[in-house]
Amino acid sequence: MIRFENVTKSYGKNVILRNLNFTINPGEFVVLIGPSGCGKTTTLKTINRLIEPDGGKIFIDEKDITKENPVELRRTIGYVIQQIGLFPNMTVEENIAIVPKLLKYPKEKWQGVVKELLELVGMPYEQNAHKYPSELSGGQQQRIGVLRALAASPPIVLMDEPFGALDPITRDTLQDEVRRIQKKLKKTIVFVTHDMDEALKMADVIVFMDSGKILQMASPEEMLRNPADPLIAEFMGKHMSNANMIFTAADFMKTRVTKVSRTTLTLQSIELMRNREVNSLLVINDDDTYFGSVSIEKLRSQGKPGKEIGDMVSDEAPVVNVKDDARETFDKLMTSPTGYVVVLNDDATVAGLITKTSMTKAMGEALWGEMSS
Amino acid sequence: MIFNYITEHVVIVLIAILVSILIGIVLGVIAYWVRLAEKLILWIVEILQTIPSLALLAMLMIVFGLGNVTLIVGLVLYALMPIVRNTHTGLTNVEPFIKDAARGMGMTKLQRLVKVELPLSFPLIFSGIKIALVNSLSVAVMGVLIGAGGLGFPIYRGIQTQSMQLILTGAIPVVLMALIFDFFMSKIERRLLKRA
Ligand SMILES: Nc1ncnc2c1ncn2[C@@H]1O[C@H](COP(=O)(O)OP(=O)(O)O)[C@@H](O)[C@H]1O
Ligand SMILES: [Mg+2]
Repeated sequence: MIRFENVTKSYGKNVILRNLNFTINPGEFVVLIGPSGCGKTTTLKTINRLIEPDGGKIFIDEKDITKENPVELRRTIGYVIQQIGLFPNMTVEENIAIVPKLLKYPKEKWQGVVKELLELVGMPYEQNAHKYPSELSGGQQQRIGVLRALAASPPIVLMDEPFGALDPITRDTLQDEVRRIQKKLKKTIVFVTHDMDEALKMADVIVFMDSGKILQMASPEEMLRNPADPLIAEFMGKHMSNANMIFTAADFMKTRVTKVSRTTLTLQSIELMRNREVNSLLVINDDDTYFGSVSIEKLRSQGKPGKEIGDMVSDEAPVVNVKDDARETFDKLMTSPTGYVVVLNDDATVAGLITKTSMTKAMGEALWGEMSS
Repeated sequence: MIFNYITEHVVIVLIAILVSILIGIVLGVIAYWVRLAEKLILWIVEILQTIPSLALLAMLMIVFGLGNVTLIVGLVLYALMPIVRNTHTGLTNVEPFIKDAARGMGMTKLQRLVKVELPLSFPLIFSGIKIALVNSLSVAVMGVLIGAGGLGFPIYRGIQTQSMQLILTGAIPVVLMALIFDFFMSKIERRLLKRA
């Protein structure tokens, strides 16, 4: 367990950390996020004492870390940085074995660790252990960076934007690997990022910081549902709208609908339906306001050549306003005898129509982005 | 006969350079570690270098007397500057994130120096050693004036007897050795820099 108690840090007049108070539980994946310069790296580095706070205390398992030897403390805390920081003068094996060797593991033991860890990320020992970092791709280098941090089985691992410099595909793979390793080895991970996608994907708990303060500390779910600050909502951007379901009827309707005037005659209407391949028509008054709808069945049973469509409309189709909540609209659609819902503007003109097809398509777009068709 | 001079010359220079490497790296590390000493050390080695070699040897002669030892001390002092400066620059210029990583792993200051910072500075330190060695080969010729051996002797005798042949017998090996050391060490240097 890591506990911050009133931790402060300033550089001259610049206050970098303002009274941080929070607790990280064992085995948790905690992500620090916030705008650049808000103090994420500084916070992280106070945990392994690369930076000493001016005030307040940090406890690891209820022990004040200033009471410990910083060098020994760091050997029990893994550390991964964005620039990877593998030592170019050492092989992969030597890099991974640094902390085990500092801790005086016997050779068989640290070699076993190296083999085991390389296995864990699918980089066979024979092919990789004796390479130099410059012979590896960026993604492989950071895999080794992560393994180096894990080598002495530290219960806590600090990661400062570890995947920030990788291409999106490699980043995605490494995110998955780290999450899997964390679950498997039950590590407490404190992870810094400025990428909300990454935070939402990785975190058990997100700590949102701004100018040295914590704006919110919550699970991804909770933060999405209830962002405590407009800045957080802004950071979540596209994720927000999904999670909050602030959809309205307008988000689900199709706007290409077939509208006809009340005075349209039966045969003309049937012809129109055949041409447009629709099975109902929306009938409007002369001032464009909605009057009612007519289905093809009704036209077939009641229509006669020369009869005006206005005389056959029904008001069976449910009607909603464009701004109505999507959920209510959805309920009406499910119980609609006509299989569709008519959406009206504030001035009672027709805005569109929601069918099961248009609803499904819109939901797909919300989930997976713009659909091709 | 000339081979004895050459051998003596080379031995004097190599001893001086080895001592200078040891002292130079230590001073470079102290300048890197100790803020207060940094300016002072760099300033002193710079000053040493600007003293004309003949004047430096003459002053040392007053303290150490005549002979090879005095020449070696002079060469050591003279060779310090490139080695100290390059060691200091090399250590200072190791990427901050590498130093951060090393510190974050729980390496002590000495472990960081020996396992990471010095190895990564080695290409630059090696260039300093090359400069020092090539310089020393010619400066060592002055040794004859304070009673030391080496190729200065035939050159000096040549000047006294106005024998061009004798002067060249001493001068050509000095030039050739300087060129040869420079050539091979530059090759190594390039390879080191490429690897870094
Ligand atoms: N050694 C330092 N001296 C002065 N200011 C610093 C130092 N290190 C960081 N800062 C400042 O502290 C602030 C927070 O830095 P940092 O924790 O690295 O932010 P983040 O990681 O969130 O981008 C920044 O404004 C930065 O300029
Ligand atoms: Mg940062």
